[in-house]
Amino acid sequence: MQGPLIDTLARQGVTRRTFFKYCATLASLMALPPSAGRAMAEAMAAAPAASRRPSVIWLPFQECTGCTESITRSHSPSIEGLIFDAISLDYQETLMAAAGHQAEEALHNAMKENEGKYLLIVDGSVPLGLDGAYSCIAGKTNLESLKEAAKGAAAIVAMGSCAAFGGIPKANPNPTGAVAVSDIIKDKPIINIPGCPPIPVVITGVLAHFLTFGSLPELDKLGRPKAFYGETIHDRCYRRPFYDQGKFAKTFDDEGARKGWCLFELGCKGPVTYNACATVKWNGGTSWPVESGHGCLGCSEPDFWDGGGFYRALSMPADPLKMAATAAAVGAAAGVAITFANRAKKSSAKAAHETVTLADLEK
Amino acid sequence: MNEMQFLTWVRGPALDIAIGIFLLGVLWRLIEIYSLGRKVDVAPGRHRDGASGLHTVFRRSVPPPGMVKRSPVTYIGGYVFHIGLAIIVFLFEPHIILIRDLTGLSWPGLPSQVIDLVSVITLGAMLVVLADRIKSPVKRYLSTFSDWFTWTLTFLPVLTGWMAVQHLLLPYTTMLALHILSVELLLIVLPFTKLFHAFTVFGSRWYLGKINGHRGVPV
Repeated sequence: MQGPLIDTLARQGVTRRTFFKYCATLASLMALPPSAGRAMAEAMAAAPAASRRPSVIWLPFQECTGCTESITRSHSPSIEGLIFDAISLDYQETLMAAAGHQAEEALHNAMKENEGKYLLIVDGSVPLGLDGAYSCIAGKTNLESLKEAAKGAAAIVAMGSCAAFGGIPKANPNPTGAVAVSDIIKDKPIINIPGCPPIPVVITGVLAHFLTFGSLPELDKLGRPKAFYGETIHDRCYRRPFYDQGKFAKTFDDEGARKGWCLFELGCKGPVTYNACATVKWNGGTSWPVESGHGCLGCSEPDFWDGGGFYRALSMPADPLKMAATAAAVGAAAGVAITFANRAKKSSAKAAHETVTLADLEK
Repeated sequence: MNEMQFLTWVRGPALDIAIGIFLLGVLWRLIEIYSLGRKVDVAPGRHRDGASGLHTVFRRSVPPPGMVKRSPVTYIGGYVFHIGLAIIVFLFEPHIILIRDLTGLSWPGLPSQVIDLVSVITLGAMLVVLADRIKSPVKRYLSTFSDWFTWTLTFLPVLTGWMAVQHLLLPYTTMLALHILSVELLLIVLPFTKLFHAFTVFGSRWYLGKINGHRGVPV
């Protein structure tokens, strides 16, 4: 097998064998049959020369660049990073050298030349408040840019929780009127890759799937690839046995925390968070939040910011009880009032009681 | 409303309302019932051993001689699901965390697999007593809407809780929210139905035992 990617990898010191192993891992991560690993390798290796690689346009909206930072930092110059060599990333504000008019030109050229074929990656939410004035690029609102770029896209990848679900910008009280990509674009296939930020291998997995099969992988109800978002953190957590045994860390520095017990009591949202952190881990498999001693924030779930606090256990009330004291007082008052009513009824019955005398009976 | 918003709503405003109505109802009913009182019995007490209030509390918790044989489903089924419910409610770790958060009290719990087994047994026992209620002509005749309704409201939290843990039918998030919602319905209805026996059962036994003891009737 030969191809531009194989040559590039060889130059970077990555052997053909390593590349195959990577593709097989990627395929198995996505629960694809073993043959898919080879198909992936062939498709990516055969990715045509620079001018004809599949075009990818990456639009940033209301975002923090965390998604880009995460993917570039943790996977460059690793093999996942090099998968990007199989595509032509035509517009990415953070990574591209061009700026201003040149950047805009690159964007529009890419859209024109690859009409109907390019993959659109969006990170960040789209503000609708004040006619979208909260976030503009090159004099256009994010809403306009998204609609324009979506028109010619083959598919859209909503990268990160903001693009997928609105994320932090949408958190209560949502001052900018932020919405997700799927709230605006209805006529294109959209794949949500939520996470704050998402796991890099998920995006490369989706890209590899797109390159190999020309389609998006199987998605769940929330538009997430089932292969990565099929199970909860809790069900795949290595600390799960401690949950089942009832062994919990009560604070971040107690004996339980040192022994690596379950973080449920400290607010871990693992039971309601569908993501692959527990299996894929972060930073090239080094660690992940729970392994480093902090509960899951549930960052890949919709509205995770308004889930009742990061440090409150799932079985605790999401908000402090406001009505309890008043309700108890009203209940007690009702009880006392009814007591008086009952007493009054009793004494009036007593007062109305007529004593039956012998004379009455003889009547 | 998505799944997370639903869960946050049942853990937040809905829980607030449910606990509010529960406290309101419980205090109202308790004060109302205990303030009713009785006429002072001016006859001299004829106390006999074994008829004090406390004794009756225990005595009436065990079946009278021969009754288990005559009505095994009622007694055994009843015991199994009552004890099962107590174990599930008070010894499952996430429940203890909730109780600690609300009251400051806590105690050790049981492993979740044990709770899982107890839940299955409890669900089974509840289904058996329901079948018995439907099958037995006398019980069916005596049953009103309130009986069917309270059975359902007691059954649902156990069922949804178990299904959530087992990942059955719906995603865990949704099932957990439904579980909490079903408990909230139970909390709201409890003070105003026969489920209020959870608060009055031992009080009324003690009260009757005391009166009977005063009268010298050894029950």
